[in-house]
Amino acid sequence: MALIETERLTRLYRLGAETVQALADVTLSIGEGEFVAVMGPSGSGKSTFMNVIGCLDRPTSGSYRLEGETVSALGGDALAAIRNRKMGFVFQQFHLLDRLDAFGNVELPLIYAGMDRARRGERAAAALRRVGLGERMHHRPTQLSGGQQQRVAIARAIVNGPKVLLADEPTGALDSRTSIEIMALFQQLNRDGTTVLVVTHEADVARYASRVIRFLDGRVQGDARQAPTDAAADLAALRRAPAPEPAGAAPCG
Amino acid sequence: MRLSDAAISAVDALRLNKLRSALTMLGIIIGVAAVIAMVAVGGGAREQVVAQIRSLGANLLVVMPGNITQGGVRLGSGAASTLTDEDSTAIAAEVPNVQVTSPYIRGTAQLIASGVNWSTSVFGIDLGWFEAREWEVERGREFEPEEIARGAQVALLGQTVARNLYGGLDPVGQELRIRNVPFRVTGIMARKGQSTWGQDQDDVVFVPLNTARQRVLGRNLANARAVGAIYVKVREGESLAQSEDDVKALLRQRHRIQPGQEDDFSIRNLADIAATREASARTLALLLAAVAGVSLAVGGIGIMNIMLVSVTERTREIGLRLAVGARRRDILRQFLFEAAGLAAIGGAVGVVIGVAAAYIISNAAGWPLLIQPESVLLAVAFSGLVGVFFGWYPALRASRLDPIEALRHA
Repeated sequence: MALIETERLTRLYRLGAETVQALADVTLSIGEGEFVAVMGPSGSGKSTFMNVIGCLDRPTSGSYRLEGETVSALGGDALAAIRNRKMGFVFQQFHLLDRLDAFGNVELPLIYAGMDRARRGERAAAALRRVGLGERMHHRPTQLSGGQQQRVAIARAIVNGPKVLLADEPTGALDSRTSIEIMALFQQLNRDGTTVLVVTHEADVARYASRVIRFLDGRVQGDARQAPTDAAADLAALRRAPAPEPAGAAPCG
Repeated sequence: MRLSDAAISAVDALRLNKLRSALTMLGIIIGVAAVIAMVAVGGGAREQVVAQIRSLGANLLVVMPGNITQGGVRLGSGAASTLTDEDSTAIAAEVPNVQVTSPYIRGTAQLIASGVNWSTSVFGIDLGWFEAREWEVERGREFEPEEIARGAQVALLGQTVARNLYGGLDPVGQELRIRNVPFRVTGIMARKGQSTWGQDQDDVVFVPLNTARQRVLGRNLANARAVGAIYVKVREGESLAQSEDDVKALLRQRHRIQPGQEDDFSIRNLADIAATREASARTLALLLAAVAGVSLAVGGIGIMNIMLVSVTERTREIGLRLAVGARRRDILRQFLFEAAGLAAIGGAVGVVIGVAAAYIISNAAGWPLLIQPESVLLAVAFSGLVGVFFGWYPALRASRLDPIEALRHA
C-alpha cells in the first residue's frame, strides 16, 4: 500500500462561463519516504495537485487515498485534522505571522492540535533546533533573513511529525545559495523518514529529488525516477569555491 | 484549540493595533459610561424622592378644604373654611382602620428670642401630629394633652429655627416671643430635611392648635373651629383607597352634601403622589434604556465594521491557520473572541468612567450615590453580547474563506 494513491483525480474550476480543467484523470501512487519534485509550467495543474494532496482542496471526481483511507470522502473537520497531523506545508512567501516570534509561529499547529503549553514548548523548540534556528527562537520574522524565515516555516511544517511535507515553490523567493541550503534541509528531513513533495518549475531544484512528475494541462506528462544530487555536497563545493558570499545568506545550523 | 489559547490569541491581536482597538471600543465605552452614570444618578435622585415622601409619613391621606364659589367668584382649593377639628375627631372615631388623625392650621410669624429675630412657619397642631407625621421630639418633650386642651403658650422648634435663634445654645426651657406673645420652648424636633417640593421642613415652629388660633394666627372669622388641613394616618397594611372612600363618605354626610353636589373638600393620597413619581422615574429609566440600546448598537456596528476590515487584512493569516489545521469553528471562535473582547473591555472601561461621572454628578447635586453591582455586571455582560452579536457576521465570513484563495490573497 502506497502512502498516497490517486485514481482518475479530476478538478474542474468554473471561470465565468468557462470550465477549466486543472486536473484531469491523474492516477498516481507515491510511496512512503519518496522525495518527489512536481514540475510543470504555470497553469499545468501542479499547484492544484499539491492542494488536493494536502487536503486544502477537494477533487471534483476521482478518489484520493492517504494511508489507505479515502480522503476525498471526508468532511471539513476531518480534513482539518489531517492537515494538522499528517501534512506540513511550506510556501513560497513563507506565510509567517509577523506579530509572533519564530517560536510562536512554529507553535501554531500544536495549538490547533489542542496540545498543552508545556508539550508545545518542547516540540516547537525541538523543531526549531532541527532546522538550525535553536538560537533564534524569539526573533520575529522581520528580524530574520529570507532563508531563516523559510526555515521557521519548515519547522512549523514538521513540528507535528507529518507524514508528508508539501512545499510549493519553497525556493522561489530565495537566492541560489539559500535555495540549496533549503533543499539540503529537505533532503535531511527526507532521510529521517518524511515523504517530501516539492512543487517547482526550476530544474535546479528538481534535481535534488529522487522522482520527478511532470504536469501539462492538468495531466501527468512524465514520471521518472532519478539519482538525486546531494545538496550538502553542492554546498560544500560552494564553500570551497572563491565565489563571493551572497548577501543575506549566512549559513545557519 | 483550547479556549484559553483562543483568548490569549484574541488579546494578542487586539494589542497589535492598540489605537484602532481603543477607537473601536470608544462607542461601547461612551454608551456604557452614559448608562451607568445616568442609572446611578437617576437611582440616587429617585431614592431621594422616596425618602422625601417617606419623610411626610407613610400611609397618609391629606384632607383639605375645597374651593368655594361666592357670588360667581371661585376661590382656589383650600380657601374654604369648611374643615374643622371636629371633622378630624369624627374621622378618627368613625372611619375604620384609621390609626390617628391630625388637624392643623398654619401661618407665618416673626419670632424673637433674646434679641434675635426670625420669620418662619407657625403650625398649630394637636397630639396626633407626631404620630401621623412620624416626627419625634429630639430633645425636651412633646406637648401635654392638658397644654393642648387649654391652649398653653408652649412651643416646639424645628432644627433650622433653633439654630437661627439660639445658635449653639440649648433653647429648651427658654423664652420665645411669637408675634410678641411669650412662649416657653419645651423641645426641639428631630431633623426632617427637605420636602418633596424642596422646602426646608425644619424651618418651623409648633404650638398647640388652640393657642395658634387664639393668640398667634387669629381665629377664622367664618368658622372658629376651622383647620387648614387634616392628616389621616391609616393603619399599616390597610387599603388607603378604601379609607379615602370612607373619609369622603363621612365628610359628605357631615357637611350635608347632596348627591350630585361637589365635595367641599379634597383628599390627597400621598401614595398616589409616590406612584406618580415612580411612574415618571420608570419613564426616565425606559428612556435611559433606549439611549443605552442605541449607543450600544452604534458601538456594535463600529465593532462589526472594524472586524470586517480586520478579516480582510488578515485573509492570508486565516488561510495559513486553515492550512496548519484550524477548523472553521476555530477561526469563527478566534474572531468572535476578538469582537467580544473589544466590547467587553470597552464595557469595563465604560463602567469605570460611568461610576466616576456618577460620583461627580451626585456629589455636585447632593444626591446619594446609588450604584448597583448587578447593573455594572449587566453592563459588561451585555456589551460582551453586543460584541458577539455584531462580531458574528465578520467571524462567519472569516471562517468561510477558501484556504487556497486566502493564501493567495495579496
